[in-house]
Amino acid sequence: MANPPTASVAGLKPRIVRVVPRNRNIEALLLIFAVGINAFEIAQIQLAALQQLTSEFMIYWAPVSFAALVLHLTMRRRASNADPLILPIAMLLNGLGISMIYRLDLATVANHGAQLFAGKQVIWTLLAMIIAGAVLVYVPNHLFLRRYVFIAMFVGIGLLLTPMLPFIGRNINGAQLWIGIGAFTFQPGELAKIALTIFFAGYLVNRRESLAAVGRKVLGVQLPRARELGPILTIWVASLAVLVFQHDLGTSLLYFGLFLVMIYVATGRAIYVGVGLGMFVTGALIAAKIMSYVSGRVDAWLNPFDQANYDAVGGSYQLVQGIFGMAHGGVLGSGLGGGVPNLVPLAESDFIFASLGEEIGMIGLFAVLALYLLWVSRGLRIGYKHSDDFSRLLATGLSFVIALQVFIVIGGVTRVVPLTGLTTPLLAAGGSSLVSNWIIIALLLRISDSMRTKAKVAE
Amino acid sequence: MNRQLNRVSATIGAMFFALFVAVTTVQFFSADSLTNDPRNVRSVYDSYKTQRGAIFVGNQAVAYSAKSDDVYHYLRKYSSPMYSSVTGFFSFFQGATGLEATGNDYLTGKNSAQFFEQINALFSGNSVSGANLRLTIDPKAQAAAWNALGNKTGAVVAIEPKTGRILALVSKPSFDANWLAGHNGTISAEHYKHLLNAKSEPLINRAIGGDLYAPGSVFKIVVAAAAFESGKYTPLSRIPNPVRYQLPGTKTYVMNSTEGRCGVGSTVTIADALRLSCNVPFAQLGIALGQDAIRSQAEKFGFGQTLHVPLTVTPSTYPSGMDDAQTGLSAFGQFDDRVSPLQMALISATIANGGVAMQPNLIQSVQSSNFATLSTTTPSQLGTPISSKTASRLTKMMIAAVESGVSYNGKVPGVSTAGKTGTAQNGTGQPYTLWFTGFAPTKNPKVAVAVVVANGGGQGQSGRGNTLAAPIARAVMQAVLNR
Repeated sequence: MANPPTASVAGLKPRIVRVVPRNRNIEALLLIFAVGINAFEIAQIQLAALQQLTSEFMIYWAPVSFAALVLHLTMRRRASNADPLILPIAMLLNGLGISMIYRLDLATVANHGAQLFAGKQVIWTLLAMIIAGAVLVYVPNHLFLRRYVFIAMFVGIGLLLTPMLPFIGRNINGAQLWIGIGAFTFQPGELAKIALTIFFAGYLVNRRESLAAVGRKVLGVQLPRARELGPILTIWVASLAVLVFQHDLGTSLLYFGLFLVMIYVATGRAIYVGVGLGMFVTGALIAAKIMSYVSGRVDAWLNPFDQANYDAVGGSYQLVQGIFGMAHGGVLGSGLGGGVPNLVPLAESDFIFASLGEEIGMIGLFAVLALYLLWVSRGLRIGYKHSDDFSRLLATGLSFVIALQVFIVIGGVTRVVPLTGLTTPLLAAGGSSLVSNWIIIALLLRISDSMRTKAKVAE
Repeated sequence: MNRQLNRVSATIGAMFFALFVAVTTVQFFSADSLTNDPRNVRSVYDSYKTQRGAIFVGNQAVAYSAKSDDVYHYLRKYSSPMYSSVTGFFSFFQGATGLEATGNDYLTGKNSAQFFEQINALFSGNSVSGANLRLTIDPKAQAAAWNALGNKTGAVVAIEPKTGRILALVSKPSFDANWLAGHNGTISAEHYKHLLNAKSEPLINRAIGGDLYAPGSVFKIVVAAAAFESGKYTPLSRIPNPVRYQLPGTKTYVMNSTEGRCGVGSTVTIADALRLSCNVPFAQLGIALGQDAIRSQAEKFGFGQTLHVPLTVTPSTYPSGMDDAQTGLSAFGQFDDRVSPLQMALISATIANGGVAMQPNLIQSVQSSNFATLSTTTPSQLGTPISSKTASRLTKMMIAAVESGVSYNGKVPGVSTAGKTGTAQNGTGQPYTLWFTGFAPTKNPKVAVAVVVANGGGQGQSGRGNTLAAPIARAVMQAVLNR
């Protein structure tokens, strides 16, 4: 679109013409599909469970859809060049999660239960989306985050450690991952992953030269210099501390895996991955020997159908019930509202993937996995295309942490890896996870916007 | 940095590939075996979602699913405890028994007869409604058996000899299946526990061998059949007739129930020995025939085989590895002989049918939920355990037992009736097990019946098959013939 000819006339202030890039229009179209599919889900659930549509439909559909509209309009002004796929993908996953949680609530109500989650999930989603909007508005340029690299480190480690504090630390289902005040609980580790990704990105960009420098050669392998091993050792110890003191293999694996990938991307030295994995596996094996919690999880993973494991407290009952549900759903699934996913303990949080599998079938789960993969690949795309190394590393880290979390938690439910206590991004019931994932979404959008804007400036 | 990113992308690709493979494995490749795992209760939940078929006796639905306003959609209802020994129960919490279990594929619409409905359902998303079962049970005969048994512990089985159709199948004491079909798990579990622990053992289906019983003198029919089939004996073959008989190699004496001779004379015919139900001649006949000949005949009648009617019938047993003394005892239905009422009724039905055993069967036809007939059971032969000559000889002897022998209470007034009583001992001081089996009319038989009354019918050792079991059989045969 060309400026009007009058703009070139000397002495006249050029009129500011807002050019809305194609990206936002694509996003608008895809968002219509996303919220439309969400509407279908809730309608199908009501028709299956209640045989009629009720006004509750609006509670679980309208506010979140409206928030998506607001977020979209915000981006038209504040991040007009941002990636057009990320927001619709997030809406689709988050909406599917709300639908499934609502569906499980209906089963709870039918069984005279009292613990409902869908209303809370809507409120948390709104809050998370407001925070995401705030990030987009108040972080006009993510590069300023580089200035707070060490603050990010302290915040990250602080968040990781808070669950171990007396009085506010909470142990839920055997894992010391929560803080709580009254009835309100929060999983600070979810936010820690953002802070630590920012820290890793900033730190590694600054130190990549020295980290990549070659040290002594042992047995034909170029080892990094000894002092550069310091940070690795620190992160290794921190990860094992999470495993030992917070009883969570998943969180521990998540942070360590994130760190290894980021240091590898920054330095290009595969030796870090090799040494790091070796150290982690050794540490985890020792922990497994010493701590019955870890060995029990591993045994339940390897032999879940064994009756002794199935009956054991904290054994494989939940895992097996989840797998039964998925198997029963088969290729096509029972249809939303048609199965009995409520048979699985924690069906709305840790096992939401199995709940979905029972009702939307293998085909539906493929779609969910494809959405995650698409989300991750949009993030990696920034890593490939951005001109700034900090941005590349940050986008790669944020994308990888999602991919790894999806792998650990869904792999746990489908017996690829031992079951752990991580949340399924955007799907599972739980506020901390929603907030942190929406912040990741906002950051990815922000970085992708700067990528296009920059490219324009360079022209 | 792009080289690293390529590798990271490949790693992420591999991680997701693993997830895709895992999901496919669970939901496609091992889906069937996982669904069939007994710990997976979803199939039971499913069965609640589709309307389970009804079980019909005549035009009455004796088990049916009525709409309910809860998550289970339907409540299973039963018309009367009279049919519990046939239908069994269907419980969300305690599983299923009886036809509710063995007919489950029909009742849930999973049988091959509904193949096209299933294909249709796959594409339309509607569930297949369960098929209805129409039973062979004659409601009058069932009611007669139920009423005649009264408060006694025991069972009645009546079979149509020509077709094997089961006309009555009653086991008492019974239970109200509605007790277990309710949707409150705690109450249902309490009821179940109560039934399970009840001294009267109402959950045992005595008609098809939930318990097996010592047959006593009704087993003499099998021994006589073995004798005639051997070709060495006729009904008029004579056997020594002492007052008491010392079992070989022991100091034990066998006596007739009269504690005298069997009729008059120093020898007695097999026909008279059966008519008067004498133990002494049959002990000698059994030893002379040998246990192998008796066992072989018993097995031809169905001993040792699991019948599916389609309720599963516990195989009746005739012991092996006996010495002569034990063989002698086994020849009049003592020692370790154990039979089910259904097996006994099948023997009478075989004799009534000229030696041809018909497969006993409860299901007349299977109908879709809109009453279109999906399949009808055609009578099939189980085998020919005895020749028609042996059958007619046994018939004559059993007529004599009722008309002029010790089994007279089985006589249906005005109808030629064949039958045999039994009074089995169960050890010192234990109440007797009382039997009657027979059929009527003797020309063109319409019904064969077996009755067992356990625990001496409440009369300890003073009840007899003729006084307690035979009248019940008579009532059932009357109900069938008078319709």
